[in-house]
Amino acid sequence: MTTRTFGQRIRRNEDPVLLTGQALFTDDVNLPGMLHVAFKRSDYAHARILSIDTSLAAAIEGVVAIYTAADLGDYWRPGPLLVSPPPIKDVVFNTRTQVPLARDKVRHVGEPIAMVVATSRYIAEDAAELIFVDVEPLPVVVDMEQALDPAAPLIHEDLTQNLVAHVIQQKGDYAAAKAQADVVVSRRLYYDHGVAAAMENRGVVANWDRKSQHLTVWDTTQAPVVIRNGLSGLLGLSAAQVRVIAPFIGGGFGPKIMMFYPEEVLVPWVSMQLNRPVKWIEDRRENFMSTTHERDQVHWAEIALSKEGRILGFKDFFLHDNGAYGPYGLTVPINSQCTLLGCYDVPAYYSEFKAVFTNKMYVTPYRGAGRQHGVFVMERMLDFAAQELGLSVHEIRRKNFIPPAAFPYNNAIIYQDFAPLVYDSGNYEPALDKALDLIDYDRFVREEQPKLRAEGRLVGIGLVSYVEGTGIGPYEGARVQIEPNGLVNVATGIGTQGQGHFTSFAQLVADQVGVDVRHVRISTGDTDKFHWGTGTFASRGAVVAGNAVHAAAERVREKILKLASEELEAAPEDLELTDGVVRVKGVPGSAIKLGDLAVRANPLRGAVKPGMEPGLEATAYFGPERGVTASGIHALIVEVDPETMQVQIKRYVTVHDCGRVINPLILDGQIHGGIAQGIGNAFYEKVVYDANGQLLNGSFMDYLIPTSMEVPRIEVDHVETPSPSNPLGIKGAGEAGAIPTGPAFAQAVENALAPFGVEILEIPLSPNRLYELVQARRQEA
Amino acid sequence: MKPPSFKYHAPRSVEEAAGLLAEHGYDAKLLAGGQSLIPTMNFRLAQPAVLIDLNRIPELAYIHPAGDGGVRIGAMSRHVQVEKSDLIAQAAPLIHETMPLIAHPQIRNRGTFGGSIAHADPASELPAALLTLGGRVQARGAKGARWIEADEFFLGLFTTALQPDELLAEVRFPALPARAGFAAREVARRHGDYALVGVMALVGLDAGGACNLARLTYFSVGDGPTPAPQAAAALIGQRPTSEALAAAAELAASADIPEPVADIHATAAFRRHLIKALGKQALQQAFIRAGGAA
Repeated sequence: MTTRTFGQRIRRNEDPVLLTGQALFTDDVNLPGMLHVAFKRSDYAHARILSIDTSLAAAIEGVVAIYTAADLGDYWRPGPLLVSPPPIKDVVFNTRTQVPLARDKVRHVGEPIAMVVATSRYIAEDAAELIFVDVEPLPVVVDMEQALDPAAPLIHEDLTQNLVAHVIQQKGDYAAAKAQADVVVSRRLYYDHGVAAAMENRGVVANWDRKSQHLTVWDTTQAPVVIRNGLSGLLGLSAAQVRVIAPFIGGGFGPKIMMFYPEEVLVPWVSMQLNRPVKWIEDRRENFMSTTHERDQVHWAEIALSKEGRILGFKDFFLHDNGAYGPYGLTVPINSQCTLLGCYDVPAYYSEFKAVFTNKMYVTPYRGAGRQHGVFVMERMLDFAAQELGLSVHEIRRKNFIPPAAFPYNNAIIYQDFAPLVYDSGNYEPALDKALDLIDYDRFVREEQPKLRAEGRLVGIGLVSYVEGTGIGPYEGARVQIEPNGLVNVATGIGTQGQGHFTSFAQLVADQVGVDVRHVRISTGDTDKFHWGTGTFASRGAVVAGNAVHAAAERVREKILKLASEELEAAPEDLELTDGVVRVKGVPGSAIKLGDLAVRANPLRGAVKPGMEPGLEATAYFGPERGVTASGIHALIVEVDPETMQVQIKRYVTVHDCGRVINPLILDGQIHGGIAQGIGNAFYEKVVYDANGQLLNGSFMDYLIPTSMEVPRIEVDHVETPSPSNPLGIKGAGEAGAIPTGPAFAQAVENALAPFGVEILEIPLSPNRLYELVQARRQEA
Repeated sequence: MKPPSFKYHAPRSVEEAAGLLAEHGYDAKLLAGGQSLIPTMNFRLAQPAVLIDLNRIPELAYIHPAGDGGVRIGAMSRHVQVEKSDLIAQAAPLIHETMPLIAHPQIRNRGTFGGSIAHADPASELPAALLTLGGRVQARGAKGARWIEADEFFLGLFTTALQPDELLAEVRFPALPARAGFAAREVARRHGDYALVGVMALVGLDAGGACNLARLTYFSVGDGPTPAPQAAAALIGQRPTSEALAAAAELAASADIPEPVADIHATAAFRRHLIKALGKQALQQAFIRAGGAA
């Protein structure tokens, strides 16, 4: 191998088709005779359905069929519980999953009640508007802190309270730690996380071909293999009869994971009922109401420290607002519980949470997946402790970092992947030093800030650290094949939503078989191309599928060398693979093209020798025992306008450690995108429900996502602590950018508002909220 | 988010459009730039039976000087045309300064000057500018044309003095008086969003340096463009000291607009604070421009 692309800033193979509008997205699938679906959705957050009248709607010309829950027969059943509760002692968990169409009652605004199938989406929406649902409105549970009140109305009436789960995890003895502590700090903290707001909404196109008895489904899912397996089971088909294609997707971020959303299970069924292709494309209003959210947690946290600033123990109780159903188990609150521990050596930890049902859209992971909440709590508590102890925010962190020699470090509690929370590797101080240096922390605090404050300007600096558990199992697989024309075909079962798989995976293969990265063609998200897999989530694509691709490419390389050594009559170690050719080192003219070798590996005459398989092809799987832990530091400088309370981010620095980096260009993009979403989370995005459970901001006019005007230039630097847990030494990076932004922003704004003595205990913030906090302090003073 | 079906007309002249309006009246909606109407229809909040598209009436798109030193703006002039117009920059500098505050470039490319005024969104900049500058609009219908003064045009939430059979044809701004100064200020959540609070100021000074003209109009605080007459009156005869401006802005918040609207982005209390803060900033800049440093 003379050229190595691993670690190079290589432009993306997929960009030409994406940038010229040539890529296939679900809504681009248009089939002859295709029908269109619109849903009648609940206007009420909680109500009993008395009757549904579809007669006027059915009379509209162009309406082909209308279905309510009663029309689904045996197909009506609650969705699967996607992640069962982890094996934690005494865990309480009540499984209540979403239903395809509401039958007896509705539990959140936007819940589907009836499905209209028509010759156009326009007609389908006209008809949906004419479906009359007679309901008896029920009292509503909106505030999670009231959900467990004995007087609260029951969202699932077969339960005795609105409790999803009750979980306690602990290590060490917190009470003993507290007894020894010199300083104990406690606070109530609130963290709300908004919606993913992907550029592309959800969509499903299904085509049941009666003659071939085969179903093709194009689905904006992050996990096509899981959806294929689930749909075939639901529909009574063999998996071989179902092909699920997740084409290009305009952003996944979690809510497009293997959800088995009502629309996702209904559209394929309808296609089989009607023997017609059927399309449903979610519009933005539907996306706000009926694509899963993340949401708020309220924490009561306590940290116990020695006078030197060493953490002795941490205690936390929190409530988690789960919405109306719980299809994704406890992943989000478990992530909060585990990620709270961060980069720190915490000898004693007591963490208890209750997840509750409310009459709102249900919660499943969204980029960060609850990690934000935990990181916010720990980082804020360290800030408050630092203040009590007279330490700087970076000193207190440095004192408590897990030292490099302590890895693998066992946190002794159970993580979302059901394995003990073990950090495979980490080295936190170099990243901290780099970040302090990059943002010129000391000079800002010593010189710049006092000077600007004297001019009446409110400037502040923030710096936090975080870990991100990434790359969890169970496994992914890949098949690599050299074609007779020398191109390389790679197939994997994960889906792609913009992560750059067509390039980073191509690099891994190119490095093994010695071809140009542009000659490696990656296929993702098509269950007919690769049968096995789990999906793209939990920052696991590069780690798990990447290592599978690497392993398959290694095997193909071995095959190439074996066959070529026979063809060229040279020892394998004397061969080199470059530019699509196998050469005998130092023997000009003694070479064979990979394509020609591929033809010989698949001969028309003669024999494929025993022990060999035809073709230059191999399939491999990678199944890590547990995840790998990425980490980093975010630091920023902000200025708050003293009149309008607008916050301007003057600088944003991140030093990130995800082990070895396949492609720094792609990684930078991941970090930038994550931070943009983090900034939205910190200052702009909040889903607002009123007391009746009505969604008040279901459009981009009122739900504010940051634009290029609100996201500053982001300075990204890296530290590389390779993971010992996989051959490539890589860790995931998908969520890192989005995780620590909230606490970093809160610390910086609090620092800017230090002249007022404001304490920030919540995210998201807004000019209005900052004004209230400052006013409250002014009135106290 | 698909609109229900509607009948569509694309008249080629104002007369033809007026005839269609006379025929369909309340059932019809005029389509100008479509930046508010089309989303409203897609949300099915508006379900007009008839859409009359004004985009093929070239006679409605122009920017001309008026005889009195002011300007005449045809209703179908795109925001971007007004924004880039040298005539506007010179003869109606407050409008020139306001245009970049309106939404985003994409919206300004399609959105129309007349459409924004006829729509009378309480969060819009142009209705407040029209009131502040003392402009007027020409309404045209099958029965002829009439002029409506700005202070008689805005009647409430999305409501104007236009009759169902009339369309807004032209907006006219007078020349600024001598020794006048102006300012436009707004604060929005994100660049290009509707303002949380916005304000337009126009002031004048007499030969002795005392204020002889003061108009202050807020937007995004009530049902429409919202003047602050008590704040303005308090300035007349005063020298524009920092204290006088602060007192006027205080009066705008306490007396003129004591109960601004509240929504998910800003409480009434925060809006009152912004009314004060932005009012003072706008007056300061306006007086500086009028030649009397505040």
